[in-house]
Amino acid sequence: MGAFGHYLAAHLDTLKSEFWALFVGGVANGLLYGMIAVGYTLVYGVLRLINFAHSEIFMSGGFAGYFVLRYFVGSGAPPAGMSSVGLIILGVLVGGLVGAIVATVLERVAYRPLRRRNAPKLAYLISAIGASYFLFNLAGKEFGHLAYSTPQPYINHPVFHIFGAPVQMYFVIIFLVGLVMFASLDRIISKTRLGRGIRAVAQDAETASLMGVNIDRTIAITFIVGGTLGGAAGFLFGLNFGVVYTMGFVPALKAFTAAVLGGIGNLRGAMIGGLILGIFESLSLVFVQAAYIDVVAFGILVTVLLVRPTGILGERLGRAA
Amino acid sequence: MRVWLTKAIVRRLLITQSIVAVIELMTGPAGSNSQPVYGFSHSFGESSSFFGLFRTQRWVTFFFVGLICWGVASFWISQGSRVRKSVHDALAFPRAATQKRPVRWGAMAVLLGFAIILPHVETAPFWQAAMVEQIAVYVLLAIGLNVVVGFAGLLDLGYVAFYAIGAYTTAWVTGALPTPALFHHALNPFFAIPVAIAIVMIAGIILGAPTLRLRGDYLAIVTLGFGEIITIFANNLYGITGGSLGSNQIPHPSIHLGPIKYIWGLAPVPYYYLALGFVVLFIIIFSLLERSRVGRAWTAIREDEVAAESVGINPLKYKVMAFAIGAASAGFAGVLTASQLIFIFPASFTLQFSINILVLVILGGMGSIAGVVFGAILIQTVTEFLFHSPPSGYQPQDLYIYLGALLVAMMIFRPSGLIPSKRRQREIRLSEAEHEGHLDEVLTGDDT
Amino acid sequence: MSDMIFNVEHVTLRFGGVISLNDVSLHQDRGEILAVIGPNGAGKTSLFNSLTGVYQPQEGTITFVGKNGKPLSIIGRKAYRMANAGVARTFQASRMFSAMTTFENVKIGAESHRGIGVVGAMLRGPATRRDEKHSDARTIELLKFVGLTEKANAISASLSYGDRRRLEIARGLATDPQVLLLDEPAAGTNPSEKQALVKLIRRVRDEMGVTILLIEHDMKLVMALAERIYVLNFGSVIAEGSPDEVRANPVVVEAYLGTSTEEAESK
Repeated sequence: MGAFGHYLAAHLDTLKSEFWALFVGGVANGLLYGMIAVGYTLVYGVLRLINFAHSEIFMSGGFAGYFVLRYFVGSGAPPAGMSSVGLIILGVLVGGLVGAIVATVLERVAYRPLRRRNAPKLAYLISAIGASYFLFNLAGKEFGHLAYSTPQPYINHPVFHIFGAPVQMYFVIIFLVGLVMFASLDRIISKTRLGRGIRAVAQDAETASLMGVNIDRTIAITFIVGGTLGGAAGFLFGLNFGVVYTMGFVPALKAFTAAVLGGIGNLRGAMIGGLILGIFESLSLVFVQAAYIDVVAFGILVTVLLVRPTGILGERLGRAA
Repeated sequence: MRVWLTKAIVRRLLITQSIVAVIELMTGPAGSNSQPVYGFSHSFGESSSFFGLFRTQRWVTFFFVGLICWGVASFWISQGSRVRKSVHDALAFPRAATQKRPVRWGAMAVLLGFAIILPHVETAPFWQAAMVEQIAVYVLLAIGLNVVVGFAGLLDLGYVAFYAIGAYTTAWVTGALPTPALFHHALNPFFAIPVAIAIVMIAGIILGAPTLRLRGDYLAIVTLGFGEIITIFANNLYGITGGSLGSNQIPHPSIHLGPIKYIWGLAPVPYYYLALGFVVLFIIIFSLLERSRVGRAWTAIREDEVAAESVGINPLKYKVMAFAIGAASAGFAGVLTASQLIFIFPASFTLQFSINILVLVILGGMGSIAGVVFGAILIQTVTEFLFHSPPSGYQPQDLYIYLGALLVAMMIFRPSGLIPSKRRQREIRLSEAEHEGHLDEVLTGDDT
Repeated sequence: MSDMIFNVEHVTLRFGGVISLNDVSLHQDRGEILAVIGPNGAGKTSLFNSLTGVYQPQEGTITFVGKNGKPLSIIGRKAYRMANAGVARTFQASRMFSAMTTFENVKIGAESHRGIGVVGAMLRGPATRRDEKHSDARTIELLKFVGLTEKANAISASLSYGDRRRLEIARGLATDPQVLLLDEPAAGTNPSEKQALVKLIRRVRDEMGVTILLIEHDMKLVMALAERIYVLNFGSVIAEGSPDEVRANPVVVEAYLGTSTEEAESK
């Protein structure tokens, strides 16, 4: 007991001194998880299906962004000022575009033929896993099996401090991009015709189809929206961690955890779930070795699934978005 | 020409050419970190032989292949049902024959005989080793995963965990891990067999009891995570597992029972017979189980869990049972691998591995023991051929690309596998037909 | 009162904010054919699911008296345990194991409520064989009882609606139940099938001694079959009595029959 008390006291001290630095990192990761989780949640909402290949959409966005920076920055000195801003915007756009393209192809090839036949759920899962496996291994063949470190499009200095903890440029970029993406997504889903269509299909596909909603188109758009956010997240992730063909697996598993945590099928839930997971994971670095951080996330996933499978905000896309 | 016809034909041309382009990428030269575009450009632009006639760029050759595929696809779509019917009619007699018991038993005896003499026919060291390490082990894993995926209908993506636990248990029991041996003094790997099977089955229960309450898709992702976690632990618990270097002092098995004395050494053939014996044993047990009330209960849960509960079946209990029983053969496969290779390390037990086994089950036919054995032998033999004499541009990792594509293709074109389990096939068709409303067709037609 | 088989006391079942059953109390005697009627959404199926362990009501008690005369509290028990305790059921939209034959469907009912020995099942020991023989015999007997002998080897998805009902009844009976709960057995059947069904249900009670509880929309069937009726509306019991009493009860007429008798009769 004494030993444990000592352990706890020492770690709580670390937690106190490191709290804000870890918190900032956690929020940044959480925003990324949230952006990926949106893809899971949207597709789940309309298809009642976990898109296992979403990790590869993220990965392709990462590679697309990498090539943009390789072309414009290369091995030169990191640009600054407006050219940094321009490069980030370009990277986000290209990453998002490639993510959307991969998502569309994926829906066409791996899901739509099964949907036409009303195949059993197991078939969807297996097809999705096959597609994921195919995509990341193909990326490995084409781009090599080693990690690339991304050329930096900006100088990563601390921009300001929160309670003494420095907030790096990288974090600022993620905050801004993440906020813009979430805000526009939320608006699209809750205010536009498109969003109404998605919500209608999510609530009751059959009725929506009778009411004149084009189901095929709505599903395709859902994949495009999810793919865009996933691809953009891939680019942002690659800025800091580099890109490699297997980069999708762990972040996607965590994003899925975030989606479940917030209530799968629930858009705001995905964002909130992402933030909670990111912060919790980051703070738990005080208590466990970095190698086990994935185990922590996985533990959260299993716990949520067993204790409250509907998540914090409840399932349904239609109701809470 | 009517307009819809041309439209469909153009569409089909585009589809076949896109598929061919993907195949071009899959089979082309690889890129690398220093030349990330090389793979793309040379997959299409590299000079290669045009059907042995002359040399031209790859894309020209493949374009023609695409045209041929387009022709075949067009023919198949207009005439396919007729061809299928005549093939079906022509196969009526052999199909009826395979339904007969003596024929089936006879065929199995012939196959077993062939398996027994095989190591004396094929004596190349490469193939003798492959028979154990790449074929027998995979057959064991495939028939085990088939219990989970095929019989109980549960998608387990972390099946490799049981194989890993089996292998590490062997190292533990034989005292080859940094941690003290299980029974305080090192045992012979032969005795690791029952211990590993028991431990793996217990692990199946421990993992299954909480997670098998989950819906199918959640179960898949949780088992996926679990497979990954096992690797993380194996990599990081240096004091227990030996970390990323694993263990390399596992002894070979031997028996000393009174007059019987036998030592398995370096040669693969004795391991082959050991594996063959266990393959036969597991096949017998699993097929008896399939036709017992346990098997019927699995089927009932798979087809309608609510109805199954209403007749007194406890779904969780039977699902956990499937997990534990399916794990048993993976446990033995782990012992076999560890004691033959004498070393194990975490990198051999990756996610790739679980998916690999899943492909064997899906290709052969979920729920069909004959199917998954055939699927495992087929894929693993092809894999070894590719490894032994690779065609130009082929790297061993490329295999996973093909396997992924194969999974998608199987789900689109033949979800019940090459040698389908009749019941599984019927279930899939019923579920599809309910939607389209041609139930009668499914119930009367019994083509394969 | 000693011969009560179900005793439901003050049961309330809620889903989020929606009250599905509101302070429901009812009871059924052993050997009785009891019907629960009410308009759509009155809570009939919720009651059924509460009796079979599918739903867990928040308030109240439900007691089931099994073969040994020991009262058993249902709330908190899972569906399969209720089945094993002697409560069998059919489903509104019949749920069969559709890729199995009729015979296999019933056989699963006959063997599932007995304990399992995995090792025995694997090795096909003599006990297992005896068990199988017993299940086969019981299945044949039940198929004969419901009149499906000729369709024993048909895939169950190919059966007509009427035959599916028979199959479900046979499968339920195969579990050796004390009480059989029928959820709208007449749905989707034609008039002649309906008549045969009435006869069959009566035989189940008379010849097998199984108590019958049914939910039904079809008033003709209820009036022909039930000995006592409960009327549910908006989750509450609004009337109880013999078919004639219920028919004459003004509350029932107003709440239910008044608006939908013609509709129900004309079906």
